[in-house]
Amino acid sequence: MYVAVKGGEAAINEAHKLLAEERRGDPSVSELSVDQIDEQLSLAVDRVMTEGSLYDRKLAALAIKQARGDLIEAIFLIRAYRTTLPRFGSSSPVDTAAMGIRRRISATFKDIPGGQILGPTFDYTHRLLDFKLAAEGDGGHGNSLDEDAGSIDEKVLLDEAMPRVVDLLKHEGLIEDERPGDDDDDVGDLTREPMSFPVERDIRLQNLARGDEGFLLALGYSTQRGYGRSHPFAGEIRLGEVAVEFTPEDLGFPIEIGELTLTECQMVNQFKGSAEAPPQFTRGYGLSFGHCERKVIAMALVDRALKGRALGETVEGPAQDEEFVMEHSDNIQATGFVEHLKLPHYVDFQSELELVRKMRRKMARADADNANNEIVEAAE
Amino acid sequence: MIGADAKAAGSDLNGTGAPNAGFDNPVLQSQAMYRKLLGAMAQPGRILSCELSLDVPAPLWPTTAAAALTLLDFDTPLWLNPGAAAAPALGNYLRFHSGCPLVEATGNAAFAIISDPAELPPLDSFAAGTDEYPDRSATLLIQVERLDDSRGVILRGPGIECKQTLQAKGLPQGFWQQVQENHAGFPRGVDMIFCAQNQIAALPRSTQVEV
Amino acid sequence: MTQAAQQAAIPDEQAEIDAGAGPDPNYNFAYLDEQTKRMIRRAMLKAVAIPGYQVPFASREMPMPYGWGTGGVQVTASIIGPDDVLKVIDQGADDTTNAVSIRQFFERTTDVETTTRTEDASIIQTRHRIPEKALSEDQILVYQVPIPEPLRFLEPRESETRKMHALGEYGLMHVKLYEDIATHGHIATTYAYPVKVNGHYIMDPSPTPKFDNPKMHRMPALQLFGAGREKRIYAIPPHTAVYSLDFEDHPFDVQQWEQPCEICGATDTFLDEVVTDDRGGRMFVCSDTDHCTRDQEAAE
Repeated sequence: MYVAVKGGEAAINEAHKLLAEERRGDPSVSELSVDQIDEQLSLAVDRVMTEGSLYDRKLAALAIKQARGDLIEAIFLIRAYRTTLPRFGSSSPVDTAAMGIRRRISATFKDIPGGQILGPTFDYTHRLLDFKLAAEGDGGHGNSLDEDAGSIDEKVLLDEAMPRVVDLLKHEGLIEDERPGDDDDDVGDLTREPMSFPVERDIRLQNLARGDEGFLLALGYSTQRGYGRSHPFAGEIRLGEVAVEFTPEDLGFPIEIGELTLTECQMVNQFKGSAEAPPQFTRGYGLSFGHCERKVIAMALVDRALKGRALGETVEGPAQDEEFVMEHSDNIQATGFVEHLKLPHYVDFQSELELVRKMRRKMARADADNANNEIVEAAE
Repeated sequence: MIGADAKAAGSDLNGTGAPNAGFDNPVLQSQAMYRKLLGAMAQPGRILSCELSLDVPAPLWPTTAAAALTLLDFDTPLWLNPGAAAAPALGNYLRFHSGCPLVEATGNAAFAIISDPAELPPLDSFAAGTDEYPDRSATLLIQVERLDDSRGVILRGPGIECKQTLQAKGLPQGFWQQVQENHAGFPRGVDMIFCAQNQIAALPRSTQVEV
Repeated sequence: MTQAAQQAAIPDEQAEIDAGAGPDPNYNFAYLDEQTKRMIRRAMLKAVAIPGYQVPFASREMPMPYGWGTGGVQVTASIIGPDDVLKVIDQGADDTTNAVSIRQFFERTTDVETTTRTEDASIIQTRHRIPEKALSEDQILVYQVPIPEPLRFLEPRESETRKMHALGEYGLMHVKLYEDIATHGHIATTYAYPVKVNGHYIMDPSPTPKFDNPKMHRMPALQLFGAGREKRIYAIPPHTAVYSLDFEDHPFDVQQWEQPCEICGATDTFLDEVVTDDRGGRMFVCSDTDHCTRDQEAAE
């Protein structure tokens, strides 16, 4: 006799054991340490911190290890951990103009005060596999492509003052002015209150900063190909360290509580003007924890595209559609719902099966009736 | 002066000005109280008993205080009737335990505590939400001397199998007519929780009232 | 807790591990922090006061994926207490993997009693089914909801659907259902079949089969619906009128099977089809495993 399937609990426990085994891989290969991930897979750590919205390199590295390198799974682990953390308050806004610069480039001016700083970038590497890296032990420095580069001491050589390029345009009044809204003390947080459309820019930027890099990349790309074109120029991309300040309630003045590595992109976009606004440049903004350059450029493109409605532009591309972009940017929401298709749906499927069978029976009967009629007619 | 106020408020037993204690076990006691509140809201007019041993500042009753500790925090602007607002121990108690901001205008309140029903403002002075967001509306905690469900007005609607009677002592003249108007504005409207000494009953906007 | 419920408590091995251990001390009772619970509790009170209306809430990121019951889990976590007895089902069964996983989550974070017996549970969290056995006033049924907006597939924009609810403009839904009739001769929606609550809001009952819709009508238990990813909570108070949308000439009807359950012989339950071989062999058994087991026991 048939017995209903049981054993879900045992199956789950066994699956977890298998997962632990697979995660470790061949035990004769030495285990990866969290420090190794932090130091040597640092861009993965940066992405997990950015989309996980939690600045903690060690936790992000641990999440990557636990997730077997699946970055969305690692982001999920960080998000679930983050949600349990108590809030002490909001820091003062960080001042990216006062950033300790490690990389800073502008595509809009040949030279700028403080100069162009190439910094650590893949940009001009030839994408040739470096087989020396496959050999174990890279001789400490690891800079095998560029052995003559010598020691790097860039910070000593850099100018103190590195004004933001967009601020230079602002002095001339050529770019739209941006100020925090009236409620600037009250920075929105979409993890603490549900979004309702249209949203304020603080919520939009938070949504995009947490958004999936691949999704933003595709949307940003689509604006370049004409789906909501915005004539972008990379006004400035900068990477470096900024101080974080916090004003404790009982102290009444700000104190420095730490330092963050940030990547910032300010996009400068052409705008022909409207009935209300003179012709000027407009801005798109991107910001990430760590070094996520592709992400911040894409983010700035999408941020600018989403200004379309407010600027009176025709909204025609998906990147300009606020509800579409913001409701689908979160990879943890997306992966949960897409992957939930793995869960049993037999009840709903049974309902559909029953319906399809019923409809087919009805159709077969109708066909049979028609065929009979034809035979009768032919006989007549 | 502080001492006199505190005495009037029936609190501050140790004379330090410290607010009365809240729940001994905030996690489990607020859970238990919430189930009462949820049960009351889900079955309008049904009286649920709440035996609470809470040391609360006058003019609050333990039921009202427990409801407040369960539902209020810094996200919920609170309005107090003048009699309650005049008792500093009460304001301190709520600010200390829940951190809720006190507001002057009824229309800005997410919650209101009315310790004396004679001081109940018109129901339509409170936020009723919008047609698109009717949940952005006030919840009123109204203290009444006594609740009786064997007589009184007749209630019908969601949560009520056939009909339910309810009487609450001390409500102002014309109150039930206001409740009818509140219901007529559905889905907009306010929701009420009556708090007696050790009983509660609720009256959401969805309930029809026959006087 | 009854003796019967103790007997039905989930596998012995787990019971031994958990016995007297208390909730996991690393997390707050029921996982959520108190501020989050208060926010959800306030949203639920409004949901109950406005039956069928979707209350936005600041859904938290849970340690399980969106779409896997995070809304239902947040609702349950905000109401559950040490005296509760919890039952979790998925597709009607207590032993499906995701039901097991959610039940384990609450065993770990609350240490409450769990049961498979419908009548012994004070809270039942479900995905896709309503238990066959009638529920009582002392019970709460918590639904996991993927897409709470019944109009979403007709109009993807929240800003638009919210207006439609506000104005009671439900013509689009009737047109869609009527188009089905025109094309197929009947309404081709078999699950997540839209209902009207207390004569006002049109509501999605979650992807339960329409077979279960009549059970929602005037149910004595409180019904709470949580959609975590979409950040909405809604409710149906006890004894509330819940009508499945239909037309005078095409009244609402539910699925029927030509054969009884092959295990317990029930003729009035929702049946799962089980494929037994690759030559077209199949059999039909109750989807509600508790109901089926108990019917069998009663018969023996």
